[in-house]
This record gives sequence, C-alpha cells and structure tokens, in this order.
Amino acid sequence: MAERSFFLFLLLLFLSSAVEFSASIFEDQVGLMDWHQKYIGKVNHAVFHTQKTGRKRVVVSTEENVLASLDLRHGDIFWRHVLGPSDAIEAFDIALGKYVITLSSGGSILRAWNLPDGQMIWESFLKGSRSSKSMLLVQPSVGAEKETVLLAFYGGFLHAVSSIDGEILWRKDLGSESLEIQQIVQPVGIEVVYALGFDGSSQFAAYEINARNGELMKHESVHFSGSFSRENLVVSDGVFVALDASGSILVTVHFQNGEYSLQEMRISSLLGGNFGKAKLLGAKLPHMFALRNDKLTGFLKVTDEGKLETLERINNEVSISDSLSFAEKQRAFALVQHNDNKVEFRVKLGHEWNKDLLQETVNIDPNRGHVENVFINNYIRTDRSYGFRALIVLEDHSLLLVQQGEVVWKREDGLASILDVTTAELPVEKVGVSVSKVEENLHEWLKGHILKLKGTLMLATPEDVATIQGMRLKNSEKSKITRDHNGFRKLLIVLTRSGKVFALHTGDGRIVWSLLLRSLRKSEACTSPTGIRIYPWQIPHHHALDENPSVLVVGRCLPTDSGPGVLSFIDAYAGKEFDSVAPTHSVVQIIPLPFTDALEQRLHLLIDANQRAHLYPRSPEALTIFNREMSNVYWYTVVAENGIIRGYAPKSTSVNEGSDEYCFDPTDLWSIVFPMESEKIVAWVTRKLSEVVHTQAKVIADQDVMYKYISKNLLFVATTSPKGTGEIGSATPDESSLIVYLIDTVTGRILHRMIHKGCQAPVHAVLSENWVVYHYFNLRSHRFEMSVIEIYDQSRADNKDVWKLVIGKHNLTSPVSSYSRPEVKAESQSYFFTHSAKAIAVTSTAKGITSRQLLIGTVGDQVLALDKRYLDPRRKTDPTQAEKEEGLIPLTDSLPIIPQSYVTHALKVEGLRDIITVPAKLESTTLVFSYGVDLFLTRLAPSRTYDSLTEDFSYALLLLTIVVLVGAIFATWILSEKKELREKWR
Amino acid sequence: MAKLDVLVLTLCVVAIAAVSLPSSLAFQSDKLLVEDEEFGLEGIPSGSRSEVPQPSPPTTATTRRGYSDSDSDSDSKVQFPLEHAFGDSDFTPAGSFSARIKTWSRSPQKLIMPRFSRNGFTAEEKAKFQKLIEEDDFYKIRVPSNILSPPGREFVVSSVKARCLLRDNLEEYFSIHADGLNILAVDYGSPKTCPYPRQAKLPGKWTFTSHAVFKSAKLAERRPIFAEESLIGDNGEAEVVKPPERSFWAKYWMYLIPLGLIVMNAMTQAMNMAEDGTGGQGQQGAVRGPAPAATRRR
Repeated sequence: MAERSFFLFLLLLFLSSAVEFSASIFEDQVGLMDWHQKYIGKVNHAVFHTQKTGRKRVVVSTEENVLASLDLRHGDIFWRHVLGPSDAIEAFDIALGKYVITLSSGGSILRAWNLPDGQMIWESFLKGSRSSKSMLLVQPSVGAEKETVLLAFYGGFLHAVSSIDGEILWRKDLGSESLEIQQIVQPVGIEVVYALGFDGSSQFAAYEINARNGELMKHESVHFSGSFSRENLVVSDGVFVALDASGSILVTVHFQNGEYSLQEMRISSLLGGNFGKAKLLGAKLPHMFALRNDKLTGFLKVTDEGKLETLERINNEVSISDSLSFAEKQRAFALVQHNDNKVEFRVKLGHEWNKDLLQETVNIDPNRGHVENVFINNYIRTDRSYGFRALIVLEDHSLLLVQQGEVVWKREDGLASILDVTTAELPVEKVGVSVSKVEENLHEWLKGHILKLKGTLMLATPEDVATIQGMRLKNSEKSKITRDHNGFRKLLIVLTRSGKVFALHTGDGRIVWSLLLRSLRKSEACTSPTGIRIYPWQIPHHHALDENPSVLVVGRCLPTDSGPGVLSFIDAYAGKEFDSVAPTHSVVQIIPLPFTDALEQRLHLLIDANQRAHLYPRSPEALTIFNREMSNVYWYTVVAENGIIRGYAPKSTSVNEGSDEYCFDPTDLWSIVFPMESEKIVAWVTRKLSEVVHTQAKVIADQDVMYKYISKNLLFVATTSPKGTGEIGSATPDESSLIVYLIDTVTGRILHRMIHKGCQAPVHAVLSENWVVYHYFNLRSHRFEMSVIEIYDQSRADNKDVWKLVIGKHNLTSPVSSYSRPEVKAESQSYFFTHSAKAIAVTSTAKGITSRQLLIGTVGDQVLALDKRYLDPRRKTDPTQAEKEEGLIPLTDSLPIIPQSYVTHALKVEGLRDIITVPAKLESTTLVFSYGVDLFLTRLAPSRTYDSLTEDFSYALLLLTIVVLVGAIFATWILSEKKELREKWR
Repeated sequence: MAKLDVLVLTLCVVAIAAVSLPSSLAFQSDKLLVEDEEFGLEGIPSGSRSEVPQPSPPTTATTRRGYSDSDSDSDSKVQFPLEHAFGDSDFTPAGSFSARIKTWSRSPQKLIMPRFSRNGFTAEEKAKFQKLIEEDDFYKIRVPSNILSPPGREFVVSSVKARCLLRDNLEEYFSIHADGLNILAVDYGSPKTCPYPRQAKLPGKWTFTSHAVFKSAKLAERRPIFAEESLIGDNGEAEVVKPPERSFWAKYWMYLIPLGLIVMNAMTQAMNMAEDGTGGQGQQGAVRGPAPAATRRR
C-alpha cells in the first residue's frame, strides 16, 4: 500500500512537473509556429529505376551521406536514410530491380535496401587488410532471375556476395602491398571477372577470376615504360584506358580473349597542338571516352580494331552523363553545356557521334552557377518514340529535373549544408509599402472568427474543423515581409557550403532571396573557396538611417588556415553583393567589436595566421574609433593541436610605419600551456556576444543575495587525457579524466579548475550568464553526465546591508577591472543524462528576464528543452520550505527527460549539427532554429507567454460573451421591471 | 611522542630548506600564508643584484624521510627561474622560485611550498618600469612550463598593467597552476584590486612584496546519497516518509464551507416553507375573494 502510494505520488509529481515546465503543444498546433524542411544535400550519384513499377522514381546518394528515393514528377522524397558522418556512400546500384545495394563506410559495409519503401533487407560487413579503392559491381539483370552475385572490392579483397541475404559466397585476396586494383569488370554473359590495376608505378596487372568460385584463372602483367597516374577507365568490355603521370600520354590496354596488348599514344597527336596536362573524365560511355585540360574537352572513340579516333573537341565547359541503354541494344548519353544563361542539353547515340538524338535549350537561373553533374533517363512519349529527361546538379548544389526543354522541378539542396546563420530584421511597414496582397478583407476576417467560435463551442462540423486548421496554418500574418510588433518575423540569413547565401523567412521558411557569391566561386585566384562565417555588418536604426541592413560573409581560398581570405558584403533586403574584398590576408579568427561608426557599420577585427589584426571597415573614422578604444581590446587563440591558449593585445604603434595603418601587430600577453602527455583540448566555448543579462543579483531562499560573476571575457575549456579523446570505451576509467577550466581571456587567469576522474570526450558545452553546462561520458558509471558550474562574485557579497546602501558605503558602482584579483566562488554539481548530445544551446530572450532552457540536440536528431532549474548546483535532497518556494527542485540522480518537452515534437532534424536561438521582441519568446540536413524553426516560450495572449485566443468568443452578458443584463432588467409592475398591480 | 617526532621533522625540513636556499637571501618575514590549498611565502629580498645568483638550471636534492610507512615517499627540492620583460622588451632573469616536489607512492608528484626570491631592480629596470607606468603598458613575466627540463614545451607567459603592482612599494601575487611537475599557467597581478583610474605616482620603495601559491585542480564533487536509496529500509521495502498529517479542517475546508452554506440555505428555506405553509392557507382564502369580482368586471 505504502509502495503504491509512493508511486502515485511520484506520478503526480511527474505530471505536475510536466505541466509546469514542458513546452508541449497540442496536435492541432503543429505547424502553427514551426516549420520543418527536408533536404538531401548535393547529389553525387543517381540511379533511375528501370523496372515498370518504379519508373516514376530515382534513387540518389549525396555528399551528406543521404540515400534517398525521389519522386520524378515533383521531386518529393519517398524515403530517405541519413547515414552517419563516418558512413559515406562510396557506390550504389540497383540489383534485380528491387534492391538498392550500397557500399559505404570506406567500402566496409554492404547494405541492401528495399526499393519501394527503403527498408533495410540485409547488411554485410566486409573484411580487408589493406587500404585500397573500394568498388561495387552489380550485374544488370537480364531476365526474371531470383538471385544475382554482387562483387565488392574492399581492403585488397574481392568479395562475392549473394543478393538474397548478403552472405559472402567467396573472397579472394588480390595481390600484395604494391598492387592497386583500379577496376573490376565482368563482361555480360561471361563467367570471368577481370580485376585490373597497377603493380607499382609502371606495371599493369590483370587477374582473371572465376565468377562462380573465386578461383584465380590467370594472372598477367604488362610493363609500361613510363609511370601511371591513378586516372583510369574501362571503355567497353575489353579496353582499359589510363594516363601516365605527366598527363600527356594515353595508355590503352586491350584485354579481350585472354590476350593483353598495351599501346601508348601522345595526347597531343590525337587532340592536336599543345593539349597540356589532361584529365580523364569519369563518365562511362560506349566505346568512347573524354579527356579534358583547362580549356578543352576532347572525345575519343575506340574502334573495333583497337584504334583511337578523335570525334570532337569542345571549347566550353561540358558535363557528360553515363550512357544509358534503351530500346534494342541502343545506348545514349547526354552532354550539357553552359552558355551564358542557357544550358544546352544534347542527347547523343552511342554509335553515331554526328547525330543528336535530342537537342534542347533550357533557361536556368544564372544564380545557380554552372552544371556539375548530369544523369539521364528515358521514357516513352505519347507518340511511342523515346524521350529523355535529365537530373542536373548545379554549382549551388541544387537539383533540377529537365524535360522537354523546361525545368520540371527544382530542389534547393544547398540548404542541407549550412555553415553559419545570422538574422536580420525585416523592413518597417510603411504607408507606401504594399502589403495588401496578403491582407484579407473584413468579411473573411469575420467569417474566420465565426468559424473559430463554432470550433470553440463544439458546434463545428468536420469540414469546418478542417477549414479552421487550414486557415490557422496559412495565417497570412506570419508570412508578411514587414517587421511585426512582437519581432517574430525576421530574415534568417544562412551561408551554405556551396558559397550560396539564402535568406529564409522565419514565418514559413520560404526563400526570400538567394545569392551565389561571386567571390566564393572557383577562379584562378581562388582555387578551392569555402565560406567560414557570416556576421551582421550594418544594422541601421530605422528611425535615424534609411538604409538597408547588410551582412558580412568571410571565406577563404584554401582549406588551410593560411589560405588567403575573401570578404563579401551583402545587402540583406535586396540580396545583392554590394562590395567585396578580393583574396587578401589570411583569416583565422573574426572578432566583431562592440563599436559602430556613423553609418552604424560594426567594426570587425580579422586576425590573420601571423596573429596580426586587420581592422574593417577600412575608413579613417573606424580607425579613430579603434585607436581610442585600443587599450581595451584583447583577443586570444586556442591552438587545440598544440594544447596552448594565447592571449594578445594590439600594439599601439605599427612596427613598419606607413605600410598599412589598418593592420596592427600583436603583443603576447599570456599563455596557458597544457602538458601534452596528460591533457588535450577537446572543447571550448564562450558567451554569446549578444546575450543580455537582466540582473547581477540572485536572491536565494532566506532573503540572501548572491552576486553572479558576469564577464564577457569568460572562456570555458575542457581537456581530457589523450586516450580519452577516442571513441567511448577505448579508455579505462583510470586512464582518462576530464579537466575543465574557466579562464578570463583578458589576463589568462584561471578562475576555476576542476577534474572529473574517469570521464572522457566528447564534450559539448554552453556558457551563459555566470554558468556553464557541459555534457560528457562517465566511464565509471557507463553513462553520459551533465555538469553545471555556477560562478559567483564574492567581492560584492557584503553589499547586503541596506544601511550600507543607504549611506553609500558599497562598492556596487566601483569600476570592475580584469586585472584585479577576483574573489570568486564556484559551485558545481553533476547529473546523469540518458542521451548523448550532438549540440547544446540555451534560449536567449530580448531582456534576459525570462528563465532559461537548455536545448539539447539528442542522438535521435531531436531537440529537447530542459529547464535550467534542473541543472542548479544548489539542488538538495531535502530543500527547506523557503527553498522550495524559491523554485529549487529536490536533488535527483539524473535529469528527467519529459516526452512533451521535445521542441521538435514528432519531427526529426536529420543530421542535426547546431541549434541557434534568436530573441524575439516579445520578452517571453525566443526563436529556435536547428539545422543539419533538415531545417527546423519554432518559437519557444520557456516561462509561457506571460506577456501576450496566445494567437489562437478567440476574440469572437470574448465578444460573444460580452454581448450575451449585456443581453442578459437587459433581459433581466426588463423582466425585473415587469415583475415589479406586476407586484405593484397586485 | 608522535607529536615530538613531527616537530623534529618539521624543524629538519625547515633547516634543509634554509640551507639549500642561497644564503645571501635575508627574508623579512617567513610567515606562512594559509591559502586555500597550499602554503605561500611572503618575502622581500634585499641586496643588490650582484649578490643574487643568476638563475641556474634546476637543482634537485632528495631527502629521504625515515618515518613514513611507504618507502617511496620522499621530498626533493627544485628551483626554476622567473624572467621578466618591460613592454615589448626581451625577457631577462628576474628571480627564482624554489619549491618542493612531494612524491607519494601511488599518486603523481606534486609541487608544494613555493618560495620566491626576486632580484632587485637595477637603475635601468627602474627607468623602464617608470616608462611602463607612464605609458600604461604591460609588465610581463614568464616561467618554464616544465620544471625539470626548462623551458619545457614553451614558456608560460603572464602579464599585468604595471600600474596594478603599485602600492606604497611594489606588490605582486603569483598563483601558479601546476599539474605534477608541469606549470600550466601563472595568474600574475596585484594581490588586491587594480587601482583605477591610475595614479600618476611612483613607488616609494623599489622593493617587491611577493606572494606565491601553487594551485592544483579541484576534484569534482560526488553527489550525495540519494533519497530513493535512503528510503529503502533493511528489509528492502520502501518506506514512505509520510507528510505531516494535516487536520481534517485544513484538508477539506474548501468543500466544507460551500456544504455548510448549502445546508444553511436549505434550512432557512425549509423554515420559510414551514412558515409559508401556515400563511398560505390564509392567503388562499383571500385570493378566492376577488375572483368572482373579476368575473363580475367582465
């Protein structure tokens, strides 16, 4: 009995806490203030279904490790699997018309997926001993076979795998250390598998293997006088083509009927003139192949006699698809050329070069860049002839389906690889600004409210309910392109890996504008550009300055830190690049300073690889401001590889006078050197620059006050033993410990240093106000843990006396200096947490009054909101009555995971990478944007919307109630009058 | 007896420490500051620079302690140099730290009891320091990151605005974050607040009052035993701590008051009814009277 009542009590407690803290929503509220977008990423391979049932679909694999089946009519996703970051898809194909076979994770995992619904049928792990190229060979199905043998090459072994259950039928060890198998070929109808490759740098090696049992039938090697490059291709079933290391000699090996003959040919003699260093294009074409140098693309044909013939030389950049067999032994392939704004799409027959089967010109937005890849598919037209359509992958990672000279659908898959996010306010609604398009008239407004009222009074029919839901979802208010009173409508400006910048509307997630940055496109000066970060550059105060806000995009030309940097300035309303800085000094770190110039442009310091600071904008005014404030500017760098953190300040005078007045030399101020043998930096976080703290004081239970240690210069660093950085379980509890530091970045002072024995990486942390919360793995208890450190300023602790305050004997107004020795007190506590975390963020509101919630990206790609109160170091097992009133939750072993507090409710943000919070103007509310392969945005009110009525508040019901009440007053008044009259007549 | 042993040993330790320190150093005070973890030493060196030995490669001397149970417990002394720089100038020797290496059989070695002896400022250095104060620039120090093989991987640098050290004389505070024999960081600055706005005065005496302390990482607290566990009794059955029993009235007053009102209401009505019942008969008779009159009016 006692037990039961205890459980009942627990249940009640759970329920009450759920009601109190969760941000849960009702089923019909889904989609009202949140939106979710699904993407797949840049497509690198596509296979069309050929079987009758699946003609409307295409299977694609992408750079984000997604395998997806798309609808060919609309581009929608039928099914999709996001494989882990280490599980990249190397190759895939369709077997027997019903299985998708993927070779992933460097070639070690072979999986079969059911084509119609994407369910996994089987999974097979291949074993290899050496590093090698991995390949997959699926024989095209001829008739209605039940089984086919899949050939997969991984780690120096050739595996034959049954397509039914993934059983490995045989495996054959091929060669030695120096042998590199490059191609696996099995000519149709022959039971021989050819494994072709290089033995050393100048030996061509071929193995003939019995496809039934894996026996080696023949081993042949041919010597080549030069040395091979690693580019090679099998053209038709009996010709192997490779280039030599210099890229000027073409080597062809004919290997039909067990005879091997090697031929060398100078490329210049085939394609004329000075062709330069050539590259072999990877497209699989019938009896032909393509070579490319910087400018030209040449097509060569291998004749039946084994001769090479030049077919054509094309000057423009051209993309070629693999060949496609259609009709009776006919093969076709597509060529896509980019001319200005138009894309020329040509389909050629395999055996006839001069005739185009199809020639179309498609208009494609120049903002999408050039064509990167093309995949073709055929269909039967209404007149029974063959038609062709193509999937085109563009430079901005978008995917287009082109048919009959038109773009049928497009997918903006660049949004699957967001690098950084910032926000911009929308323009203010003015008299001249036309917003009428989205405004509805009074009649509709009234109708809507009456419907809503019916819904509230439970009078609505099912159709009415559907209309109401539809109206709520399509609420025009939220998608207007003007600023709203509550600050819910904003522009999310995102930088993607392709170098394209998108502006998304927070209301409904639509793309307001997009821009492929010129400065982040490949050019001779900038060979492999990548974006790094995006920052708000100019935020004009709308009353003072009638200018559009702008953002700064920082990128670099090489993947390394020392690569030259690229800056681009974009108008946030028009979506146009108005200024850019060509490849310049390297950019390692970007520091937005808290100063703006007369144009409200924010001053930024860009730190280069030599730790010199470059000031932007480059204007005399900015320089004046900076020189005035320079003595208060400090920065630091964390060199994780060396385990060193260094602090710097700009030198007041530049050493080389007159060279560049916007460039400042650094002076070393401090350094923290972690011993390499015992500590390795695994994570570091700082406070968000824009964070607002409402109060410095924290009133605790017995009317006592604690002062938070609030400093913008706080840095949290976590280090673990070198063994603890590996995978979980690779170290024993005695071998690994986690050490956390709170560091003042002006002086390099370690404010707090704490060691967690038996804990290891990965560490995710978030720093806000005066606390830091971090997530790590505890090896001793085999569980994830979350810890909190709160840091309090003790030097102000004796300002509690009211009399002191009255007389003025307090130090609350004295200036705070980082150079003073702070008296701080740190409190900490650890809790178990069930999930592993992908990211941790904290809600931020406009004034910082609202209590905070932690947002944890869980392993299931969802976002969990956890009240900060659960992570309070002052939690006790038996709090006193006063402490309970303060809101202190009794101490528990682990943190609760309340199902209703998933911000993402039933949705998943596949491949979750980060969570961003943006304060709305309404104090209670914050916008949460989480991104990965998918995007998800919602509005969150950690302490409920205490400062406004909810959107679905029924004004009509309120009005009706008032009317009814007034009516009732009149009715009763009349009745009472009548009664009184009657009484008097009596 | 045991007390006496400890006393003798402590004396020995102090004696050894004193012997191994440069004899020319005369400490003004050897009062031990009790810090949160380690002991620091306050001392002002006097004498000119020539008297102080140049910082030399670290010397270690091991002394065995006879009283301990475990044989590997031992102490050894170590010295490491401190260098300083004025603004962007090069680093020059400024003094030396000496400390003890505490070795336990199980846990790693640990540094304890830092002592710092500073060389006095030369005239040139005084001028440089004066310039620092005028320009409000940084006074920098550095120590090796590994004590046994200086400078280790790299020097650990720390700096402070020169004005912060200004008191009547010069005052400085080192808190050295160490892990075993590695120095991670040095928090260097004034022992109290850094005066702001800066005073344009020079130190009265060019002597340093130095405080030094070693700091090592705190061990994360283990959480206490939990309520759920403590609730389980010896026989394994969970005993629920019953909330203090409230009185019947305290629990149900919200139901009782309306109930009372209803009852009272009902009672008054019943009483009224009873009254009505008696008076009603009389009225009936009265009503009967006018009815024929109404018909008459028609």
